[in-house]
Amino acid sequence: MGSVIKINTPFTKEMARQLKAGDSVEISGVIYTARDAAHKKLTALLEEGKELPFDIRDQIIYYVGPCPARPGMIIGSAGPTTSGRMDAYAPRLIGSGLTGMIGKGLRSPEVVEAMKEHGAVCFGATGGAGALLSKCIVSQEVTAFPELGTEALRKLVVENFPAVVVIDCNGNDLYITGRAKFKI
Amino acid sequence: MKVINASQITETVERLCIEANCELNSDIMDALEKGIGAEESETGRRILCQLVDNARTAAREGMAICQDTGMAVVFVEIGQDVHVAGGSLSDAINEGVRRGYEKGFLRKSVVSDPLERINTNDNTPAVIHYDIVGGEGIKITVAPKGFGSENMSGVRMLKPSEGIDGVRSFILEMVDRAGPNPCPPVVVGVGIGGTMEKAALLAKKALLRPVDMRNADSRYKELEEELLERINRLGIGPAGLGGRLTAMAVNIEVYPTHIAGLPVALNMSCHVTRHAEAVL
Repeated sequence: MGSVIKINTPFTKEMARQLKAGDSVEISGVIYTARDAAHKKLTALLEEGKELPFDIRDQIIYYVGPCPARPGMIIGSAGPTTSGRMDAYAPRLIGSGLTGMIGKGLRSPEVVEAMKEHGAVCFGATGGAGALLSKCIVSQEVTAFPELGTEALRKLVVENFPAVVVIDCNGNDLYITGRAKFKI
Repeated sequence: MKVINASQITETVERLCIEANCELNSDIMDALEKGIGAEESETGRRILCQLVDNARTAAREGMAICQDTGMAVVFVEIGQDVHVAGGSLSDAINEGVRRGYEKGFLRKSVVSDPLERINTNDNTPAVIHYDIVGGEGIKITVAPKGFGSENMSGVRMLKPSEGIDGVRSFILEMVDRAGPNPCPPVVVGVGIGGTMEKAALLAKKALLRPVDMRNADSRYKELEEELLERINRLGIGPAGLGGRLTAMAVNIEVYPTHIAGLPVALNMSCHVTRHAEAVL
């Protein structure tokens, strides 16, 4: 594992194509949060030919439903949720310009195909490290779907948010290669 | 007969919800710290250090260890010589969950209907399991269960002829297939025997046992140790990025079963494996 690659959003396709599975990164800038319920709403808007509540081109979506913030804090615990639950919706968003996803766990072949076709990267953040990761979030505001509570679409500003490239634009998958090295 | 007021139960459940979500149990902390020394993968060591650091941050700042603060699973062992006064026991438990999740700034993750999916906004209702036992005490265990790992769980009704090899294959297959999804290093709860739902409940209860405590029956102790070793050869590792420490423990609980069946259930649990208990 080499040195840490700094990423400042927006995250263009050119930036995405330079990353390789296994690269450690630190992400800074604006990212958006969405989980299952928000994904369902976003794809429904696209189906209806309506505008999304944010310009999705060159953006990163973080799969997270944070805990409420204590008074004086920006946000509560905020680690990644399982990416695979967004598989049904992700290809549509990637086709609309989404270039990065942060989550944890396996993706479907359909998502990986869409990533290869359009140029997108799947990052992994450490599952269960929500208290630590929350410290990289410097601001949050609800952009859409406030009725979804923790599942609302949020705009976050992050600083040096640590992640690993788990699936790159060529479909290389660290979950497969990393495991193979240690399988006995 | 001992009288316990419902309000006392509510206060206890409230406290346990917060404690279970914000303070990593010491057996898990020890296993993670030991894992750092033993982990062969550099990435794996870095992940384990993050998890230890994360738990310390959570405890220090009164934050949830993980944002998935779970659906509250509550085990109640109620002595048959206890009378609960001042309201229903189930209502008192749910009120404790409601207050604990609000006061502890924990995430509300429960939807009212599995298909309609509207958030109840107070993390109720809890899933409550009652056992009537002897005596005049009440033991309450709050075990909030996150769904990254819950979704990787399952039950299989084996044929008796499949025996111990069938049990081994089922467990290894489930852990292998789950890969990175349940936030390894995991705790693997296994229930063998009973009926379909009894096996599942045993698997859930198995997660309450500390990771450094083996089954008292030497046959199952050996099976736990053998399965743990085989799981940790799968290469999944911390966060599933490759490494040695995939599971911290395999905890097996068993129960008599029917002549025609061999139910086996696996309840997967993430590295946090929350539970806190109190006796009233």
